[in-house]
Amino acid sequence: MPNPLLFEIAKKGRGSRHLPDLDSSESEVLASIPERYRRDGEIGLPEVAELDLARHIERLSRRNFYIEQDFYPLGSCTMKYNPKLHERIASNPLITGLHPGLPDETVQGALRLLVELEECLCGITGMNAFTLQPAAGAHGEFTAMRIIEAYYKKKGERRTKVITTDSAHGTNPASVRRIGWEPVEVRSNKRGEVDLAELAALCDGNTAAFMLTLPNTLGLFESQLPGIMEIVHGAGAQMYLDGANLNALLGLVRPGDVGFDVMHSNVHKTFSTPHGGGGPGAGPVGVREHLAPFLPRPRAVREGDHYRWDNDYPDSIGRIHAQFGNFAVLLRAYAYIRHHGADGLREVQRHAILNANYLRKRIEKAFPVPYERVGMHEFVSSAAIYREQGVRAGDVGKRLLDYGFYAPTIAFPLIVREALMIEPTETESKETLDRFADAMNAVADEIRRDPEMVKSAPHTTVVKRVNESLASRKPVLKWSDAASTNEKAK
Amino acid sequence: MSIPVDLMYTREHEWVLIEDDIATFGITDFAQSELGDIVFVELPETETPVEQNEPAGTIEAVKTVADLFAPLSGEVVEVNELLADDPDTVNRDPYGDGWMVKLRFSDKTELEDLLTPEEYKEIVDESGEDEIEVDVVLDEEENE
Repeated sequence: MPNPLLFEIAKKGRGSRHLPDLDSSESEVLASIPERYRRDGEIGLPEVAELDLARHIERLSRRNFYIEQDFYPLGSCTMKYNPKLHERIASNPLITGLHPGLPDETVQGALRLLVELEECLCGITGMNAFTLQPAAGAHGEFTAMRIIEAYYKKKGERRTKVITTDSAHGTNPASVRRIGWEPVEVRSNKRGEVDLAELAALCDGNTAAFMLTLPNTLGLFESQLPGIMEIVHGAGAQMYLDGANLNALLGLVRPGDVGFDVMHSNVHKTFSTPHGGGGPGAGPVGVREHLAPFLPRPRAVREGDHYRWDNDYPDSIGRIHAQFGNFAVLLRAYAYIRHHGADGLREVQRHAILNANYLRKRIEKAFPVPYERVGMHEFVSSAAIYREQGVRAGDVGKRLLDYGFYAPTIAFPLIVREALMIEPTETESKETLDRFADAMNAVADEIRRDPEMVKSAPHTTVVKRVNESLASRKPVLKWSDAASTNEKAK
Repeated sequence: MSIPVDLMYTREHEWVLIEDDIATFGITDFAQSELGDIVFVELPETETPVEQNEPAGTIEAVKTVADLFAPLSGEVVEVNELLADDPDTVNRDPYGDGWMVKLRFSDKTELEDLLTPEEYKEIVDESGEDEIEVDVVLDEEENE
């Protein structure tokens, strides 16, 4: 069904908003706005009847892909199901009606919730304290770098180098650059793990931290973790855990117990809060005792059975988010943790690992796994054997859309050619995993029989294959009559 | 996939043509094919000093962004302006019209770090490992 843009269905005078008359004169209103902020021409918003607008949005919503529709194997993103109960709790008017400016005495429940979430996260990770302010994983990384910077400054040291891995999320080196430090990359060895000799050669008195994802982005646990800790701590540097893959560690390994000094957790991954299309997230940062004085403030604290905001942290790096972080998101994470309890979270981890390894076994003949061994919560297959037929990982992903699935992550991590990164999560049943594996194996057969059909997929979606190169080379970023007319001419 | 015999190469999949004290370089056929459709090439300004194995530019493909490394130290004397409007030239003709930078190199001893076509072919074969049979021909005509 076609779904023209609102600009295309707009008709003059059909607008459905009728604003009340101004209660002061137009010139009075204008006078209150500095001249440089005033618009010269018409605002140019499309005028659309409310029913047409409602239908337009409804059509868009049906073109969306969402977890309630089908399986979402997007590696590294932990696209688990978000239980409806937690959404209900978060949308309770007693919660949504709260204002962040209310006095502490009137929001004891909300403060208690934040304190208890911090305690839960400490219990799960073995860290000593958490800040709940960061709005996402990358923001957490940035916050952690600021904390580390403040820690060394207090000691009278200045270190400006941070080591990242060649399989790291791109946000790691980006966060390091963001505070003006230099990221240096350590390569992976043949087993897909950190090369210890190279790490030792890179670590020196200027090294502030080593950022490690565990399990790494290949879904593998670093088997030489004690050696890594020895090298990094030996150089007086901090061990940072990129907690994107914390799902695989729940109830199994506590990062604080094995030597990590600082970490972030993506609650939208591990603790099942919405991913929300770039919308509000939360990336709490946890630290061991020696880094705790530098955490952002204010911090919610408990005194007996009373809760309050505490600003008395003279070494704090200050605020890193308006108000207290994304409260409604944190609340969902809290609900998820309390709902599962310690035993439930351990089960989450076990099933996440079991599901990933089951799926890996079912598709590894058709899509070989370059670093093949029992992995953890996700794995990385390669479509490189199909380069002969001219088929690439992205084509496989697009063909899977025809089978009704979302595509796996492709082209990441960079150390695997034609990577297909797959993370089933614990919330999928064996039947769903089998159905997906059957589809992957069917696509492999199709590549051998009819590669052109796979290369031109998807064939059944509303929008067929888009020309990504043209879109990148000659992007049309603004709607105009001309662009719309060109499109019709085609 | 071609590896012309009259060029030198780097581990970062760049080719280098040496003429007197001028080195012209770009990315190899293998590199462009791995990157896929190239959508943007950012090159240094002329007269910029560059250092061997340090980033001198950026190559953006649909799915990834790669650094362009200077194969030798020296000073940039010319860049391929054509690539600003037609970055896909790199995909079509990596060894010809898709060249990227000419630099006047300052240290002749660095030439020893460059790879011969045979050495480079080994690297390409290796990066394919068991996954794919990389069909590399040492094609003499390609670059004429």
